[in-house]
Amino acid sequence: MTDKKIKNVFRQGAISSEFIGDSIAKHQTKTSIGAHNIFLGQVRADVIDNKTVSAIEYTAYEDMANAKFHEIREAAFEKFELTCMHIYHSLGTVKAGEICLFVFVSSPRRKVVFEALEFIVETIKADVPVFGKEIFEDESHQWKVNN
Amino acid sequence: MLIRIKYFGQIAEVTQKEEESLEFSGVLISELLEHIYSKYNTLKNKDFQIAQNQELVSLETELSGKEIALLPPFSGG
Repeated sequence: MTDKKIKNVFRQGAISSEFIGDSIAKHQTKTSIGAHNIFLGQVRADVIDNKTVSAIEYTAYEDMANAKFHEIREAAFEKFELTCMHIYHSLGTVKAGEICLFVFVSSPRRKVVFEALEFIVETIKADVPVFGKEIFEDESHQWKVNN
Repeated sequence: MLIRIKYFGQIAEVTQKEEESLEFSGVLISELLEHIYSKYNTLKNKDFQIAQNQELVSLETELSGKEIALLPPFSGG
């Protein structure tokens, strides 16, 4: 069920557990699905030089990022037998312990969703122009880099 | 041609702005980059990729686009 329209993946602030729960509930009508897999990226309170990360402030090159998310979506539907997939990424401030990335894939069978989810998350990390500024408790900051 | 240049993350911290427009008559991305370096010398110490009309390009690419973006290392998710 791929659609050609480019969606806006970004949400302002953290992604709430209610939003995630509602997304799962909405799929109960899609009874061809036998397996869901979900990735939740959570902001980690890293300690760097004795300073603790209290939040990440996300910015993005939004038009290019949404186009990239769309390409990833198309590639995932091409590669894997998916019934549906959803991606949401935060912009703005997300505190340590809150969710900043929510990827949700569904398929008739389980093996597909394990592989698809890893492919999607790894490609997002590598290819999408999103920038995270790690804010420390003393309000200084450093720029996060994905490995 | 009139080119819109967008800066992100730590690059925008150096330029102190998120975008600007400038009239530029060079041919290659590398020429535009030299021009940008002449305005913001400390960008030479920064790691970034360049996108032209939302596609990553190399320094040898011909300038064709209206929108150039300087993108520091990605850190989504």
